[in-house]
Amino acid sequence: MDRKLISRGLERRPAADFLRWILPWAALLAFGIYAAALCLVKGLNQTNMDNRFAFGLWIFVDLTMIALGAGAFFTGTLLYILKVRGLRAVINSAVVIGFICYSGAVAALMIDVGQPLRAWYTFWYPNVRSMLTEVTFCITCYLVVLSIEYLPVLLKNRRLKQIPSFLVFEFELHKLMYVFAGVGTFLSFFHQGSLGGLYGVLRGRPFAFREGFAVWPSTFFLFILSAAAVGPSFVLLTAWAVEKIAGRQLVHPAVFRSLGRISGMLLSVYVLAKTIDTLIWINRTSPDAGFPAWQFYAWQPFGTWILFAEIVVFGLVPVAMLLCPGVRGRKGLLVTAAALACCGVALNRFVLTVQTLSLPTLSFDGFMTYWPSWQESATFLGVIAYGVLLYSFSFRYLNLFPDERELAGEALEPRQAPVLAGRF
Amino acid sequence: MTTAKYGMTIDLDRCTGCGACMVACAVENNVPPAPAGAGDRKGITPIRVFKVDNGRPFPEHRTVFVPVLCQQCGHETPCVSVCPQQAVDVDPATGIVGQMPERCLGCRYCMAACPYHARYFNWWDPEWPPGMERTLNPDVAPRMRGVVEKCNFCHGRLHAARLRVAAAGKREIAAADYVPACVEACPAGAIRFGDLNDSASEVALASRQESSFRLLEQLGTQPKIYYRSRREWVREIAAAPRPPAMPLGRKTRVAEERKEKVRG
Repeated sequence: MDRKLISRGLERRPAADFLRWILPWAALLAFGIYAAALCLVKGLNQTNMDNRFAFGLWIFVDLTMIALGAGAFFTGTLLYILKVRGLRAVINSAVVIGFICYSGAVAALMIDVGQPLRAWYTFWYPNVRSMLTEVTFCITCYLVVLSIEYLPVLLKNRRLKQIPSFLVFEFELHKLMYVFAGVGTFLSFFHQGSLGGLYGVLRGRPFAFREGFAVWPSTFFLFILSAAAVGPSFVLLTAWAVEKIAGRQLVHPAVFRSLGRISGMLLSVYVLAKTIDTLIWINRTSPDAGFPAWQFYAWQPFGTWILFAEIVVFGLVPVAMLLCPGVRGRKGLLVTAAALACCGVALNRFVLTVQTLSLPTLSFDGFMTYWPSWQESATFLGVIAYGVLLYSFSFRYLNLFPDERELAGEALEPRQAPVLAGRF
Repeated sequence: MTTAKYGMTIDLDRCTGCGACMVACAVENNVPPAPAGAGDRKGITPIRVFKVDNGRPFPEHRTVFVPVLCQQCGHETPCVSVCPQQAVDVDPATGIVGQMPERCLGCRYCMAACPYHARYFNWWDPEWPPGMERTLNPDVAPRMRGVVEKCNFCHGRLHAARLRVAAAGKREIAAADYVPACVEACPAGAIRFGDLNDSASEVALASRQESSFRLLEQLGTQPKIYYRSRREWVREIAAAPRPPAMPLGRKTRVAEERKEKVRG
C-alpha cells in the first residue's frame, strides 16, 4: 500500500513485514516516552541519580551517541572537503545516523536537566569559560546543520520530488552542501572536543583532570580523535547491519574496506595519543594533585583491567585488525574490528562519566555505586527505539544507499537488469 | 568599603557531632523535610557531619566528627568556571561563593566538579507538612525542584546585617553583626566565623596555627574553611583517600587484624 512512496528500482519488503518490524520498536518508544514524561512531571527523583552520582546513564549514553554520530561530520569532511568520492555510497546513511544520534542526545539531555524550560538561559547568560556552554552552542548549531543536510535526502523521496519547488530547493541545497559540510566539520570538532573537555577541566576530580594546551585539556583533543576514528566504524557497522536485515547488498565491499582503513589509521593515532596522555597523567598530573594514580584502580570493580581493556583490547586489537588488508578483505573480521572500536569509545565515555563519579575525593568518603532506575533505562531504550524507527523509515522511503540499485542490477542477469538501474 | 574574605575555622577537637549545626542550617535556610522514601544520598544537607575513625581496634580506637560544608574555594573555584549560565559566582566584596537558584538549569555539572561533594540537588518539590510552613524563615526563599543549592554562609543573614549597618549610618559590618546559623548554634563553640583578611580576627589567627589545615589543599582551590586538630591522625584526613584494598593501607591492616580476632 506504500509502494508509491518507495523509490523506483528499490526492492523493499511488503508493508505487512515492515509493520511487524516497527511495531515492537514503536511500543518501546511509547514506553520510553511514558518514562520520560514521569521524569519531567514528577521530577528527577524518578531516577537513581543522587547528589554524588549527579550524572548517570543518560550522560554516558549522550557522550557515546555523539561520538558514534561523528561519522556524519567526518564522512562529510572526507567526501565534500577532501574529495574521497567513494564515500558517496554511505554519506546519506551517515547523515541520518548523525541526525539520529544528535537529536536523540539532545532529547535525553532535555530530560536530564532539572529545569528544561531554562535551557535558553545558556544562550542568554553564557559563561564563556564553561565547556558546557561550548557544547550547548555547538550541538544546537550542528543539529540545525544536520537537519539541513538531512533535507535533501528527505526531499528525494519519490512523492516529495514530484513537487517542483521541492525539487528546485533540493537542487539548490545540494550546491550548498560543501558549505554545510565545512560548517559541520568546524562545529563538530569543537563540540566533540568540548565534551572531552567537560571532564578534563575538572580540577576537583583528579581522576578525570588533565593538563593540556591553552584552555583545552588533553581530553579535548582525545575526544575529537576518538570520535573521528570510530565514526566511520559505526557507519560501516550500520551499513552491514542494514544489509543483513534487508537481505541484500547495499554498499560495494571496497567502500567497507575504505571505511575500515580510515578508521584504523585514525584509531592508531588515537591509541598512541591516549597512551602518552595516560603516562603523563600517571606520572605527573595526578600525583601533583595529591592523588597517586594507582589508588584510583584499587577501588573494585574498576581495577587496572579497565585501562588494559580500553587501550589494548578495544584499542590496539582493532587497530591491528583494521590496518591489516587481509582482515579488511573478510567482512566478518572487518565488522568485528569496527565493533571493537565502537565498544572502545563507549568504554572510554563510561570511564570518564561513571568511574569518575564513583571514586571518592575526600579521605573519609567511600566508593559509591549506581544502578539506573527503570525510568532511566526505559528513557534510554526509548531513544534507541527512536533511532531504529527513524532509520527504518528513512531506509524504506529514502535512497540512503545510492549504489543499491546498481548493486541489485549486478546481481541480476544482464537481460533482466532494470532499465532504470544506475546511480541516480 | 574594604574587601572582606569571609571564612571559617572548625575545631575538630571540640566538635561532639551533635548535629546542631545541621539542624540550625536547615531551619535558617528553609530546607524542606525529606519526602518519605528519600535516601541519604538525595537529601539536602548544606552542612553535613561525617563520623571518621582512625581504623584501629579498641582500646586505640578514636573517632572524630568532621562537619563538611561548601569550602568556599578562593582560587579556580571549580563550580564557578563550569556553570554554563553563570548561576554560580564569587562575590568580590565578601569572597563568598554564591548560587542563584533562579538561574540554575539543574545540569548538575557543578556537583560533578566539586571535590568536597558539598553541593545538593533539589530532587523533589519543596513541601512542608501542614502547619510546619509557619516555621519558614521569611528572609530566605525556598528553592524550587530541579536546581542545585549549597552553603552560602547564610546569605539572608548577610543581607540583614547590611541593612542594619546601613540603617545605623555605618559602612562596615562588625564581626558580631553577621554570624551564620551553624556558628551560632554550635554548643561547643567549635565553629568560628569571620574575615580572613582582618589579620587580627579570631579566624585569621586560628587559620595560621600549626594545627590548622584545609581539605585537599594540593588541588590548589584554596578553600576558606580551615579545620583544626592537635591530633596528627585527624590532620591526615585532609589528604587523598586510601582505598581499603591497598596492601599497605591502614584500613586493610586493621580489617585483617579484625578478621583474625573473629577467627579466634
